[in-house]
Amino acid sequence: MAFKIKREGRRKLRKNKHLPPQEKLIQLALFLATWSSVAALAAVFGELLLGAFPAFTSIDIIDFFTGTVWNPSHPMYPLYGILPLFVGTLMVSFGAALIAIPIGLGCSIWLAELASPRVKAIFKPAIEVLAGIPSVIFGFFALVILSEWIAAVFDPVTKLNALNGAIMLAVMMVPIMVTVAEDAMNAVPRSLREASLALGATKWETIRHVVVPASISGVMAAIVLAFGRAVGETMTVLMATGNATLLHFDMLRSVQTMTAAIAIDFGEVEFGSEHYHVLFLVGLVLFVITFLINFLAVWITKRFKEDY
Amino acid sequence: MLNRRTTEMMVFTFFRGCAVLVVLALIVLVGYILTGGLERLSIEFLTEMPRRANTQGGILPAIVGTFYLMLIVLAISVPIGVMSAIYLQEYESSSVMGRVFRLAVYNLAGVPSIVYGLLGLGIFVAYLGLGFSLISAGLTLSIMTLPLMITSAREAIAAVPSTVREASYALGATKWQTIWHQVLPYALPGIFTGIILSVSRAAGETAPLMLTGVAMSLQRLPDSFFDSFMALPYHVFYMATQSSDLLATRPIQYATALVLLLLVLGMNLIAIVLRKRYRDKYRW
Repeated sequence: MAFKIKREGRRKLRKNKHLPPQEKLIQLALFLATWSSVAALAAVFGELLLGAFPAFTSIDIIDFFTGTVWNPSHPMYPLYGILPLFVGTLMVSFGAALIAIPIGLGCSIWLAELASPRVKAIFKPAIEVLAGIPSVIFGFFALVILSEWIAAVFDPVTKLNALNGAIMLAVMMVPIMVTVAEDAMNAVPRSLREASLALGATKWETIRHVVVPASISGVMAAIVLAFGRAVGETMTVLMATGNATLLHFDMLRSVQTMTAAIAIDFGEVEFGSEHYHVLFLVGLVLFVITFLINFLAVWITKRFKEDY
Repeated sequence: MLNRRTTEMMVFTFFRGCAVLVVLALIVLVGYILTGGLERLSIEFLTEMPRRANTQGGILPAIVGTFYLMLIVLAISVPIGVMSAIYLQEYESSSVMGRVFRLAVYNLAGVPSIVYGLLGLGIFVAYLGLGFSLISAGLTLSIMTLPLMITSAREAIAAVPSTVREASYALGATKWQTIWHQVLPYALPGIFTGIILSVSRAAGETAPLMLTGVAMSLQRLPDSFFDSFMALPYHVFYMATQSSDLLATRPIQYATALVLLLLVLGMNLIAIVLRKRYRDKYRW
């Protein structure tokens, strides 16, 4: 009850009823600046819709979503089937998630529950630094070094392949996951752990049955967010996966993702052509997918949140 | 079945292994770029124009181009971002609008960078007629970094305890006086951290540049904001995938990657140190 009254008071302080005129001006300026972010989101969506709109009339939209051939630069019969690109994106992102989820979770549990403060003081900045490395550097590493290692171990069909991109993306996903998941585990109150330990559980049993279930919303949101980042990543997959646009499910062969298709094809596309608008349509699909993933992350956080 | 203690030991070894693996990945990555790039890196490499289709000479135009992009982002994204953060944290009283703004910022942060490239191409390059130029790319990057900027500035402002504000009001200060003289000075280090991180993110971004007019090779520096330009990250990509002789120019590729890495990591490290000192200084 006391808490509620305090919040009411704070809200009244924020109501800004009797401000002098120059302060009103400042508030107006700040308000306009804030609207720019909403305007930016509207502009992104609006621009994608506008750019993609002519494609709705010039190509068959059902063919676009079910077509298995992506060959937009054919002079007579260009084919715009998004499936090879969509499958390429899914293969690379799911492959990356399969690698990144166990490693990321292990790393977050270790940092949140086990590491001593001194070791943590080294590991946490290292992970932040890893998160700050530009994607083109990861792409360069995958292209020049990682692909050689994979070629030596797996004898792949093509030297640049989906596995190459997946491993590199996994390295990029882990820092995002760890930051969010570790925060969630740190938010679990100590009393819960102490109660579990007092009942005779080992440390691992406490983590497994108390800490992880109590922070599950944050952990799941971390996974979903990292996955969303992987779906939208461009440069790494562009340089790592070889960009063959055939539809297949072989991790050791070359694939092209939706992001890479947009980046590459714009190098040669004619302004305002059919191909140009179809690429905006691919961008729109990408936007909708990442929007849904973000939405899912928010929903998970709300739905499974435990308040302490 | 395994003993409880043995299970615990095995699982914990796995967790430690995961953490070591992540740091190892960082060391291997930076180590390879460092050893590969150092042999070609020199003062001439940083200060000369590229010659013979980028196969000789330096990368000065790319460095300058990236520097200009960072300046544009600083000039546009920082004021708008900080102002929005102040508004959202200190003024916004309606919970509905607050939610709309929060959702917009949150979703903007998740939009893939290549989609921002499409936005830049459609609006800045084509619709506003800015052409394939420094300003188109800079504006695109500014919009891209805006959510990061707003979120970090907002966190910094939210971390200032409300007692500071209440004490200021009690002494008769107006709202803006309170924000300007009490809240912002305390939030400043946190805001700075956010600024550095946003700008370094913009410096390393490649995909939006590819759609808004980055040039493959220029023998000169851009002389206005409407000129075409080179940029470090795109130069790495271009040299590694499309240059005339991929193997022979490998040292140049490594050295360019190293310059970019040092630039971005340097800024990141400053941000991390700044944040740490700030956290140690103010414990509310």
